[in-house]
Amino acid sequence: MLPTALANAQSAKLRVGLMLPYTGTFAQLGTGVTNGFKLAVAEHGGKFGGREVEYFVVDDESNPGNAPANANKLIQRDKVDVLIGSVHSGVSLGIAKVVRETGTLWIVPVSLANELTGPLCAPNIFRASFSSWQTDFPLGKVLMQRGHKKVVHITWNYVTGQENLAGFKEGYEKEGGKIIKELFVPFPQVEFQALLTEIASIKPDAVVAWFAGAGSAKFLKDYQASGLKGKIPLFGSGYLTDGILDAVGNAAEGVETTFPYADDLDIKKDKAFRLAYVKMFKMQPDTAAMLGYDTAQLYAAGVNAVKGDVANKVAMIKAMETAKIDSPRGQWTMSKSHNPVQDVYLRKVVGNENKVVSVASKALADPAQGCKA
Amino acid sequence: MSFAFFLIQLLNGMQYGLLLFLVASGLTLIFGIMGIINLAHGSFYMVGAYLAWSLAGMTGSLTAAILIGIPLTVVLGMFLEWLLMRRLYGRDHLYQVLLTYGLILVFEEMRSILWGDDVYGVKVPDLLNHSIALTENLSYPVYRLGISAVCLLLAAGLYFLIKHTRLGMMIRAGASNREMAQSLGINIKLVYTLVFALGVALAAFAGMINAPVSSVYPGMGAQVLIICFVIVVIGGIGSVKGAMAASIMIGMADTFGQILVPEVAGMIVYLLMAVVLVWRPEGLFGRI
Repeated sequence: MLPTALANAQSAKLRVGLMLPYTGTFAQLGTGVTNGFKLAVAEHGGKFGGREVEYFVVDDESNPGNAPANANKLIQRDKVDVLIGSVHSGVSLGIAKVVRETGTLWIVPVSLANELTGPLCAPNIFRASFSSWQTDFPLGKVLMQRGHKKVVHITWNYVTGQENLAGFKEGYEKEGGKIIKELFVPFPQVEFQALLTEIASIKPDAVVAWFAGAGSAKFLKDYQASGLKGKIPLFGSGYLTDGILDAVGNAAEGVETTFPYADDLDIKKDKAFRLAYVKMFKMQPDTAAMLGYDTAQLYAAGVNAVKGDVANKVAMIKAMETAKIDSPRGQWTMSKSHNPVQDVYLRKVVGNENKVVSVASKALADPAQGCKA
Repeated sequence: MSFAFFLIQLLNGMQYGLLLFLVASGLTLIFGIMGIINLAHGSFYMVGAYLAWSLAGMTGSLTAAILIGIPLTVVLGMFLEWLLMRRLYGRDHLYQVLLTYGLILVFEEMRSILWGDDVYGVKVPDLLNHSIALTENLSYPVYRLGISAVCLLLAAGLYFLIKHTRLGMMIRAGASNREMAQSLGINIKLVYTLVFALGVALAAFAGMINAPVSSVYPGMGAQVLIICFVIVVIGGIGSVKGAMAASIMIGMADTFGQILVPEVAGMIVYLLMAVVLVWRPEGLFGRI
């Protein structure tokens, strides 16, 4: 009896739950992750550990309120073997609640919230992207090297904005820098004029900003229109200049950011990834696509190690923990709290590309504050 | 804050307020004057912005895009009124809420199919693509001042239309008593179609003219919808003057709130609304 059941389990399809935003502000990111994931699956011949991959898809609409219900749908109804999601940190926090109870294997493809691999860390929880902290902490050193000792920090007044401020502050103050003013814009408002005027009156050495998506686009344009660009240098963590360069014209030119990915990395894997992606989807990959690709690689490492027997969780998790992922962003490994240990690049906007200036921090691991697992 | 910067912040508040009026003007007409609850107002704003982006891409000029875009949105407004809205005038407000909420979803999906989910930028027309230096490191974009001027013109035009033209009289008559106006020989159906179309076109126009400043992105309509209702409610239902006063108040409150009391900046607009409604439940210039 038992051997047949096992054989069945191994020949049956692998059930992958994708809980991502396919509508709303983050729709582009949801699609990017999905495409990247599918590309990696296709490169594995459509199979992980000898089992064909089958998808169960839920549009989470970036709505944290529905997150636990959506996660339950995939886990209870569709009985997925792994849950992939999401982009909006609030949604991911909602998923965390559920999977910490059910023990379902969960890989976060994008969300930045530090606590996912901090206080919420668990054996079944992995992140394939990076924490807020990782994108901001290295920036402090860069600023001090340039002699910018007094800066103004500006961001949205919500969790991710504050996390980014905290990460930057830690790195910057450690090097002896001083944030002379912390400015907050109510989330998700994009009217910056009052605070730009404030910045002009303070005259800091540099400005550090964290915004994303359309908010970044508007901020960069307003920064230029207000005449501050070229007078007070602008820095930020990667999302400030990610995915919006075509929309802002030359407003972002010269802006420097720290991020674990860039547009002109001299990495063989990245070139191959970009070529394959364009071939399969007829468009350029973005950061989200790369993260979806890595999410699939990470999962493949686990499933392949147990030859498709995903019921053998201990061995599968062990394999994922020790995996060396050959990623387009450069090789990375897992930290103890299941967050990638990776290089963070300093990038500068030239034309419509984020070009690498240097490696701001080599093999940077998130401090995983509050992780007791 | 030095006096110079205080003056600049005043200018910021004024400019933001005028911008808000521009965005809310269409709603003032449809919701404020005609009493139709139109949750799709933000969607029309978004449609305008995306039209500006795609038409400007085709023609190479934002002005041309606006000139082509406006008639298109007027037609869109008339079509929607003819197809959907006119069936609901006699019914409870709840039906209007349901219908216009449905429209939001339809427009979001159509936007995604037609134009995709990317963030797009629209170029400021060369003529207005300058800045005026205010201090050693701060300057003011001429385009923003241009928007303010357009807002003022629009406000004056709207006020004149409602208060001093025959059409305005018919609109007001129809809003206060539809049957009576009809029995006096006013073609009320046509008036409603026109007003709704004008409201849609105003929202779209706001989206178009604002596109170079705000960028064009999915969900941009949802962002402006709430503030528009706040403006119409604070200003008083049925009052263009009120909407203007409310817009400026909110612009100022938001600007100075962010600088002086950053901790509660996100709330300040709603606090203002609460205070006004406690003091004058009918709004600043409302007549109830």
